[in-house]
Amino acid sequence: MEFEVETVIKIAAYGGGGIAMGLGAIGAAVGQGYTAAKANLAASRNPKISGDIFKNMLVGQAIAESASIFALVITILLLFVRPPSPGLLDAAAYLGAGLCMGFGAIGSGIGAGNPGGEACFGLSRQPEAGSQLTTNMLIGSAVCQTPAIFAMVVALMLIFIKFGGAALTPTWAALVGAGLSTGLAAIGSGYGGGLAAGASCEGIARTPQAVTSVTTLMLIGQAVAQTPSIFGLLISFILMFKSFPESSLLMTPMALLGAGLCMGFGGIGPGIGNGMAAEGAVRWVARNVEHTSDLMRIMLVGQAVSQSTAIYSMVISLVLIFVV
Amino acid sequence: MAIEGAEIVKAAAFIGAGLAMGLGAIGPGVGQGMVAAKACEAIGKNPKEAGLLTRTMLVGQAVSESTGIYSLVVALLLLFVVY
Repeated sequence: MEFEVETVIKIAAYGGGGIAMGLGAIGAAVGQGYTAAKANLAASRNPKISGDIFKNMLVGQAIAESASIFALVITILLLFVRPPSPGLLDAAAYLGAGLCMGFGAIGSGIGAGNPGGEACFGLSRQPEAGSQLTTNMLIGSAVCQTPAIFAMVVALMLIFIKFGGAALTPTWAALVGAGLSTGLAAIGSGYGGGLAAGASCEGIARTPQAVTSVTTLMLIGQAVAQTPSIFGLLISFILMFKSFPESSLLMTPMALLGAGLCMGFGGIGPGIGNGMAAEGAVRWVARNVEHTSDLMRIMLVGQAVSQSTAIYSMVISLVLIFVV
Repeated sequence: MAIEGAEIVKAAAFIGAGLAMGLGAIGPGVGQGMVAAKACEAIGKNPKEAGLLTRTMLVGQAVSESTGIYSLVVALLLLFVVY
Protein backbone atom coordinates (compact mmCIF):
# COMPACT_ATOMS: atom_id res chain seq x y z
CA MET A 1 0.00 0.00 0.00
CA GLU A 2 1.49 3.34 -1.03
CA PHE A 3 0.90 6.65 0.73
CA GLU A 4 1.32 10.07 -0.76
CA VAL A 5 4.12 12.20 0.64
CA GLU A 6 1.63 14.71 2.12
CA THR A 7 -0.14 11.92 3.99
CA VAL A 8 3.10 10.64 5.49
CA ILE A 9 4.04 14.19 6.56
CA LYS A 10 0.64 14.63 8.20
CA ILE A 11 0.97 11.33 10.05
CA ALA A 12 4.41 12.32 11.33
CA ALA A 13 3.34 15.85 12.27
CA TYR A 14 0.19 14.79 14.13
CA GLY A 15 2.00 11.91 15.83
CA GLY A 16 4.92 14.16 16.73
CA GLY A 17 2.58 16.87 18.01
CA GLY A 18 0.77 14.40 20.23
CA ILE A 19 4.07 13.09 21.60
CA ALA A 20 5.38 16.62 22.20
CA MET A 21 2.36 17.80 24.16
CA GLY A 22 1.64 14.51 25.92
CA LEU A 23 5.16 13.97 27.22
CA GLY A 24 5.66 17.71 27.64
CA ALA A 25 2.78 17.92 30.09
CA ILE A 26 4.32 15.40 32.51
CA GLY A 27 7.12 17.48 33.96
CA ALA A 28 5.40 20.79 34.60
CA ALA A 29 2.41 19.12 36.21
CA VAL A 30 4.55 17.08 38.61
CA GLY A 31 6.72 20.08 39.44
CA GLN A 32 3.79 22.38 40.09
CA GLY A 33 2.13 19.75 42.22
CA TYR A 34 5.26 19.55 44.36
CA THR A 35 5.32 23.34 44.71
CA ALA A 36 1.67 23.43 45.74
CA ALA A 37 2.16 20.59 48.23
CA LYS A 38 5.05 22.42 49.86
CA ALA A 39 3.07 25.67 49.85
CA ASN A 40 0.25 23.96 51.74
CA LEU A 41 2.70 22.63 54.26
CA ALA A 42 4.20 26.10 54.62
CA ALA A 43 0.81 27.78 55.07
CA SER A 44 -0.16 25.31 57.78
CA ARG A 45 3.11 26.00 59.55
CA ASN A 46 2.80 29.77 59.42
CA PRO A 47 -0.77 30.78 58.47
CA LYS A 48 -0.11 34.47 59.16
CA ILE A 49 1.92 34.92 55.97
CA SER A 50 -0.22 32.64 53.81
CA GLY A 51 -0.76 35.51 51.36
CA ASP A 52 2.99 35.80 50.66
CA ILE A 53 3.30 32.04 50.39
CA PHE A 54 0.41 31.95 47.92
CA LYS A 55 2.00 34.66 45.76
CA ASN A 56 5.37 32.92 45.83
CA MET A 57 3.73 29.61 44.91
CA LEU A 58 2.06 31.15 41.88
CA VAL A 59 5.31 32.75 40.67
CA GLY A 60 7.19 29.46 41.12
CA GLN A 61 4.51 27.51 39.31
CA ALA A 62 4.43 30.01 36.46
CA ILE A 63 8.12 29.38 35.80
CA ALA A 64 7.68 25.62 36.03
CA GLU A 65 4.90 26.00 33.46
CA SER A 66 7.24 27.43 30.82
CA ALA A 67 8.59 24.00 29.80
CA SER A 68 5.12 22.81 28.90
CA ILE A 69 4.35 26.09 27.15
CA PHE A 70 7.37 25.43 24.92
CA ALA A 71 5.85 22.02 24.21
CA LEU A 72 2.50 23.64 23.38
CA VAL A 73 4.19 26.04 20.94
CA ILE A 74 6.01 23.21 19.18
CA THR A 75 2.79 21.17 19.06
CA ILE A 76 0.85 24.01 17.48
CA LEU A 77 3.62 24.53 14.93
CA LEU A 78 3.60 20.80 14.13
CA LEU A 79 -0.17 20.84 13.67
CA PHE A 80 -0.30 23.82 11.34
CA VAL A 81 3.08 24.42 9.64
CA ARG A 82 3.55 22.56 6.37
CA PRO A 83 6.68 22.56 4.19
CA PRO A 84 6.44 24.47 0.89
CA SER A 85 8.03 21.61 -1.06
CA PRO A 86 7.09 18.45 0.81
CA GLY A 87 9.51 15.55 0.97
CA LEU A 88 9.75 12.43 3.09
CA LEU A 89 12.59 13.97 5.12
CA ASP A 90 10.15 16.59 6.44
CA ALA A 91 8.15 13.76 7.98
CA ALA A 92 11.24 12.47 9.80
CA ALA A 93 12.11 15.98 10.94
CA TYR A 94 8.61 16.57 12.35
CA LEU A 95 8.67 13.31 14.25
CA GLY A 96 12.12 14.18 15.60
CA ALA A 97 10.94 17.63 16.66
CA GLY A 98 7.99 16.13 18.56
CA LEU A 99 10.17 13.59 20.35
CA CYS A 100 12.76 16.23 21.17
CA MET A 101 10.36 18.71 22.74
CA GLY A 102 8.25 16.09 24.50
CA PHE A 103 11.14 14.43 26.30
CA GLY A 104 12.97 17.72 26.72
CA ALA A 105 10.21 19.31 28.77
CA ILE A 106 10.02 16.54 31.38
CA GLY A 107 13.16 17.27 33.39
CA SER A 108 12.88 21.05 33.46
CA GLY A 109 9.26 20.90 34.57
CA ILE A 110 9.91 18.51 37.45
CA GLY A 111 13.12 20.30 38.35
CA ALA A 112 11.64 23.80 38.46
CA GLY A 113 9.03 22.59 40.98
CA ASN A 114 11.78 22.01 43.55
CA PRO A 115 12.95 25.61 44.07
CA GLY A 116 9.34 26.79 44.03
CA GLY A 117 8.34 24.39 46.78
CA GLU A 118 11.43 24.96 48.90
CA ALA A 119 11.08 28.73 48.60
CA CYS A 120 7.46 28.55 49.84
CA PHE A 121 8.51 26.35 52.72
CA GLY A 122 11.45 28.63 53.47
CA LEU A 123 9.12 31.63 53.63
CA SER A 124 7.14 30.00 56.41
CA ARG A 125 10.35 29.38 58.28
CA GLN A 126 12.08 32.71 57.73
CA PRO A 127 9.58 35.32 56.46
CA GLU A 128 12.12 38.16 56.68
CA ALA A 129 14.36 36.46 54.07
CA GLY A 130 11.46 36.59 51.62
CA SER A 131 13.06 38.75 48.95
CA GLN A 132 16.30 36.70 48.89
CA LEU A 133 14.28 33.51 48.69
CA THR A 134 12.15 34.73 45.80
CA THR A 135 15.19 36.05 43.90
CA ASN A 136 17.07 32.81 44.40
CA MET A 137 14.03 30.80 43.37
CA LEU A 138 13.69 32.84 40.18
CA ILE A 139 17.37 32.45 39.25
CA GLY A 140 17.43 28.74 40.10
CA SER A 141 14.28 27.84 38.23
CA ALA A 142 15.26 29.96 35.24
CA VAL A 143 18.50 28.00 34.91
CA CYS A 144 16.46 24.77 35.19
CA GLN A 145 14.67 25.76 31.98
CA THR A 146 17.85 25.77 29.86
CA PRO A 147 17.61 22.10 28.84
CA ALA A 148 14.00 22.65 27.77
CA ILE A 149 15.14 25.68 25.77
CA PHE A 150 17.84 23.55 24.08
CA ALA A 151 15.09 21.07 23.19
CA MET A 152 12.92 23.85 21.80
CA VAL A 153 15.80 25.21 19.71
CA VAL A 154 16.48 21.79 18.19
CA ALA A 155 12.76 21.22 17.60
CA LEU A 156 12.40 24.59 15.85
CA MET A 157 15.45 23.86 13.70
CA LEU A 158 14.02 20.47 12.74
CA ILE A 159 10.71 22.07 11.80
CA PHE A 160 12.02 25.03 9.83
CA ILE A 161 15.35 24.01 8.23
CA LYS A 162 14.98 22.53 4.77
CA PHE A 163 16.62 19.13 4.54
CA GLY A 164 15.21 18.50 1.06
CA GLY A 165 18.52 18.02 -0.77
CA ALA A 166 19.91 15.37 1.55
CA ALA A 167 19.90 11.65 0.81
CA LEU A 168 16.71 10.14 2.22
CA THR A 169 18.00 6.86 3.55
CA PRO A 170 20.48 7.66 6.26
CA THR A 171 19.27 11.24 6.82
CA TRP A 172 15.80 10.32 8.13
CA ALA A 173 17.47 8.41 10.98
CA ALA A 174 19.85 11.30 11.62
CA LEU A 175 16.93 13.71 12.05
CA VAL A 176 14.99 11.42 14.40
CA GLY A 177 18.24 10.71 16.26
CA ALA A 178 18.96 14.44 16.57
CA GLY A 179 15.61 14.93 18.27
CA LEU A 180 16.10 12.00 20.62
CA SER A 181 19.61 13.05 21.58
CA THR A 182 18.75 16.53 22.86
CA GLY A 183 15.31 15.58 24.16
CA LEU A 184 16.37 12.62 26.29
CA ALA A 185 19.58 14.25 27.52
CA ALA A 186 17.56 17.25 28.71
CA ILE A 187 15.64 15.09 31.21
CA GLY A 188 18.62 14.57 33.50
CA SER A 189 20.01 18.09 33.34
CA GLY A 190 16.66 19.71 33.97
CA TYR A 191 15.90 17.55 36.97
CA GLY A 192 19.44 17.81 38.32
CA GLY A 193 19.45 21.60 38.06
CA GLY A 194 16.19 21.63 40.00
CA LEU A 195 17.67 19.57 42.83
CA ALA A 196 20.48 22.11 43.25
CA ALA A 197 18.08 25.06 43.13
CA GLY A 198 15.74 23.48 45.69
CA ALA A 199 18.58 22.87 48.12
CA SER A 200 19.75 26.46 47.78
CA CYS A 201 16.29 27.85 48.66
CA GLU A 202 16.20 25.55 51.67
CA GLY A 203 19.69 26.69 52.65
CA ILE A 204 18.88 30.39 52.39
CA ALA A 205 15.85 29.92 54.60
CA ARG A 206 18.08 28.25 57.15
CA THR A 207 20.98 30.73 57.01
CA PRO A 208 19.98 33.95 55.21
CA GLN A 209 23.45 35.51 55.73
CA ALA A 210 25.04 32.73 53.62
CA VAL A 211 23.07 33.79 50.56
CA THR A 212 26.08 34.79 48.42
CA SER A 213 27.96 31.52 48.89
CA VAL A 214 24.80 29.47 48.47
CA THR A 215 23.70 31.17 45.24
CA THR A 216 27.21 31.06 43.76
CA LEU A 217 27.63 27.37 44.49
CA MET A 218 24.13 26.67 43.16
CA LEU A 219 24.96 28.36 39.86
CA ILE A 220 28.27 26.49 39.50
CA GLY A 221 26.59 23.19 40.35
CA GLN A 222 23.77 23.83 37.91
CA ALA A 223 26.20 24.83 35.18
CA VAL A 224 28.04 21.52 35.54
CA ALA A 225 24.73 19.65 35.64
CA GLN A 226 23.87 21.26 32.27
CA THR A 227 26.87 19.65 30.50
CA PRO A 228 25.15 16.35 29.58
CA SER A 229 22.42 18.28 27.81
CA ILE A 230 25.07 20.31 25.99
CA PHE A 231 26.66 17.04 24.84
CA GLY A 232 23.19 16.03 23.62
CA LEU A 233 22.86 19.32 21.75
CA LEU A 234 26.28 18.81 20.16
CA ILE A 235 25.37 15.34 18.88
CA SER A 236 22.08 16.74 17.56
CA PHE A 237 23.86 19.47 15.64
CA ILE A 238 26.30 16.97 14.13
CA LEU A 239 23.40 14.71 13.12
CA MET A 240 21.45 17.60 11.60
CA PHE A 241 24.24 19.32 9.71
CA LYS A 242 26.62 16.56 8.61
CA SER A 243 25.72 15.43 5.12
CA PHE A 244 25.46 11.68 4.83
CA PRO A 245 26.01 9.89 1.50
CA GLU A 246 23.09 7.93 0.07
CA SER A 247 23.09 4.37 1.29
CA SER A 248 20.78 1.45 0.68
CA LEU A 249 22.17 -0.49 3.62
CA LEU A 250 20.02 -0.93 6.71
CA MET A 251 22.96 -0.50 9.07
CA THR A 252 23.75 3.14 8.18
CA PRO A 253 20.46 4.65 9.41
CA MET A 254 20.48 2.32 12.43
CA ALA A 255 23.95 3.56 13.41
CA LEU A 256 22.73 7.18 13.35
CA LEU A 257 19.57 6.35 15.29
CA GLY A 258 21.74 4.43 17.76
CA ALA A 259 24.00 7.47 18.14
CA GLY A 260 21.03 9.66 19.09
CA LEU A 261 19.64 7.09 21.54
CA CYS A 262 23.08 6.53 23.05
CA MET A 263 23.78 10.20 23.80
CA GLY A 264 20.18 10.85 24.84
CA PHE A 265 19.87 8.06 27.40
CA GLY A 266 23.50 8.47 28.39
CA GLY A 267 22.90 12.08 29.41
CA ILE A 268 20.07 11.29 31.83
CA GLY A 269 22.05 9.67 34.63
CA PRO A 270 25.01 12.07 34.77
CA GLY A 271 22.62 15.04 34.67
CA ILE A 272 20.69 13.77 37.69
CA GLY A 273 23.89 12.69 39.44
CA ASN A 274 25.57 16.06 38.96
CA GLY A 275 22.46 17.70 40.32
CA MET A 276 22.52 15.45 43.39
CA ALA A 277 26.15 16.32 44.05
CA ALA A 278 25.35 20.03 43.74
CA GLU A 279 22.33 19.57 46.02
CA GLY A 280 24.50 18.01 48.73
CA ALA A 281 27.14 20.71 48.46
CA VAL A 282 24.68 23.61 48.45
CA ARG A 283 22.72 22.21 51.38
CA TRP A 284 25.86 21.90 53.46
CA VAL A 285 27.32 25.26 52.53
CA ALA A 286 24.29 26.82 54.20
CA ARG A 287 25.03 24.84 57.34
CA ASN A 288 28.79 25.26 57.31
CA VAL A 289 29.59 28.38 55.33
CA GLU A 290 33.23 28.66 56.43
CA HIS A 291 34.06 25.45 54.52
CA THR A 292 32.64 26.61 51.20
CA SER A 293 35.89 26.00 49.33
CA ASP A 294 36.22 22.40 50.60
CA LEU A 295 32.64 21.69 49.64
CA MET A 296 33.04 23.24 46.22
CA ARG A 297 36.14 21.18 45.55
CA ILE A 298 34.51 17.90 46.53
CA MET A 299 31.39 18.80 44.56
CA LEU A 300 33.40 19.46 41.40
CA VAL A 301 35.49 16.27 41.81
CA GLY A 302 32.35 14.22 42.41
CA GLN A 303 30.58 15.78 39.44
CA ALA A 304 33.57 15.19 37.18
CA VAL A 305 33.52 11.48 38.03
CA SER A 306 29.77 11.31 37.56
CA GLN A 307 30.22 13.00 34.19
CA SER A 308 32.43 10.19 32.91
CA THR A 309 29.59 7.97 31.69
CA ALA A 310 28.13 10.86 29.68
CA ILE A 311 31.52 11.21 28.03
CA TYR A 312 31.61 7.47 27.24
CA SER A 313 28.18 7.86 25.66
CA MET A 314 29.38 10.77 23.59
CA VAL A 315 32.40 8.79 22.42
CA ILE A 316 30.21 5.84 21.37
CA SER A 317 27.82 8.24 19.60
CA LEU A 318 30.69 9.87 17.72
CA VAL A 319 32.05 6.44 16.76
CA LEU A 320 28.58 5.46 15.50
CA ILE A 321 28.37 8.64 13.41
CA PHE A 322 31.89 8.93 12.04
CA VAL A 323 33.61 5.54 12.17
CA VAL A 324 31.27 2.64 11.52
CA MET B 1 14.90 -4.02 -1.41
CA ALA B 2 16.13 -7.36 -0.20
CA ILE B 3 17.85 -7.20 3.16
CA GLU B 4 20.37 -9.90 3.91
CA GLY B 5 20.79 -11.57 7.26
CA ALA B 6 24.26 -10.14 7.87
CA GLU B 7 22.87 -6.68 7.20
CA ILE B 8 20.19 -7.07 9.88
CA VAL B 9 22.77 -8.36 12.33
CA LYS B 10 24.97 -5.31 11.77
CA ALA B 11 22.03 -2.93 12.13
CA ALA B 12 21.01 -4.63 15.36
CA ALA B 13 24.57 -4.48 16.65
CA PHE B 14 24.70 -0.71 16.07
CA ILE B 15 21.35 -0.02 17.75
CA GLY B 16 22.36 -2.41 20.53
CA ALA B 17 25.65 -0.61 21.05
CA GLY B 18 23.86 2.72 21.36
CA LEU B 19 21.31 1.35 23.81
CA ALA B 20 23.93 -0.51 25.83
CA MET B 21 26.05 2.56 26.39
CA GLY B 22 23.12 4.97 26.70
CA LEU B 23 21.05 3.03 29.21
CA GLY B 24 24.19 1.75 30.92
CA ALA B 25 25.26 5.32 31.65
CA ILE B 26 22.15 6.14 33.70
CA GLY B 27 22.94 4.03 36.73
CA PRO B 28 26.57 5.03 37.31
CA GLY B 29 25.72 8.69 36.72
CA VAL B 30 23.00 8.73 39.37
CA GLY B 31 24.95 6.49 41.73
CA GLN B 32 28.10 8.57 41.59
CA GLY B 33 26.05 11.69 42.14
CA MET B 34 24.56 10.17 45.30
CA VAL B 35 28.04 9.33 46.54
CA ALA B 36 29.19 12.89 45.89
CA ALA B 37 26.12 14.34 47.64
CA LYS B 38 26.76 12.25 50.73
CA ALA B 39 30.46 13.11 50.65
CA CYS B 40 29.52 16.80 50.66
CA GLU B 41 27.26 16.14 53.62
CA ALA B 42 30.02 14.32 55.46
CA ILE B 43 32.56 17.07 54.81
CA GLY B 44 30.03 19.66 55.90
CA LYS B 45 29.61 17.79 59.18
CA ASN B 46 33.24 17.00 59.72
CA PRO B 47 35.54 19.18 57.58
CA LYS B 48 38.71 17.96 59.34
CA GLU B 49 38.39 14.58 57.64
CA ALA B 50 38.13 16.05 54.14
CA GLY B 51 41.09 14.03 52.81
CA LEU B 52 39.78 10.71 54.06
CA LEU B 53 36.27 11.48 52.84
CA THR B 54 37.47 12.49 49.37
CA ARG B 55 39.41 9.24 49.11
CA THR B 56 36.43 7.19 50.22
CA MET B 57 34.18 9.02 47.79
CA LEU B 58 36.51 8.38 44.88
CA VAL B 59 36.85 4.67 45.70
CA GLY B 60 33.07 4.34 45.99
CA GLN B 61 32.55 6.16 42.73
CA ALA B 62 35.17 4.03 41.01
CA VAL B 63 33.27 0.89 42.04
CA SER B 64 30.02 2.44 40.85
CA GLU B 65 31.73 3.29 37.58
CA SER B 66 32.38 -0.37 36.83
CA THR B 67 28.98 -1.03 35.25
CA GLY B 68 29.45 2.03 33.05
CA ILE B 69 32.75 0.58 31.88
CA TYR B 70 31.08 -2.79 31.21
CA SER B 71 28.59 -0.93 29.02
CA LEU B 72 31.41 0.81 27.21
CA VAL B 73 33.22 -2.48 26.63
CA VAL B 74 30.06 -4.19 25.40
CA ALA B 75 29.28 -1.26 23.10
CA LEU B 76 32.80 -1.35 21.64
CA LEU B 77 32.56 -5.14 21.22
CA LEU B 78 29.26 -4.74 19.38
CA LEU B 79 30.72 -2.04 17.16
CA PHE B 80 34.04 -3.57 16.24
CA VAL B 81 34.25 -7.27 17.14
CA VAL B 82 30.95 -9.09 17.11
CA TYR B 83 29.71 -8.72 13.56
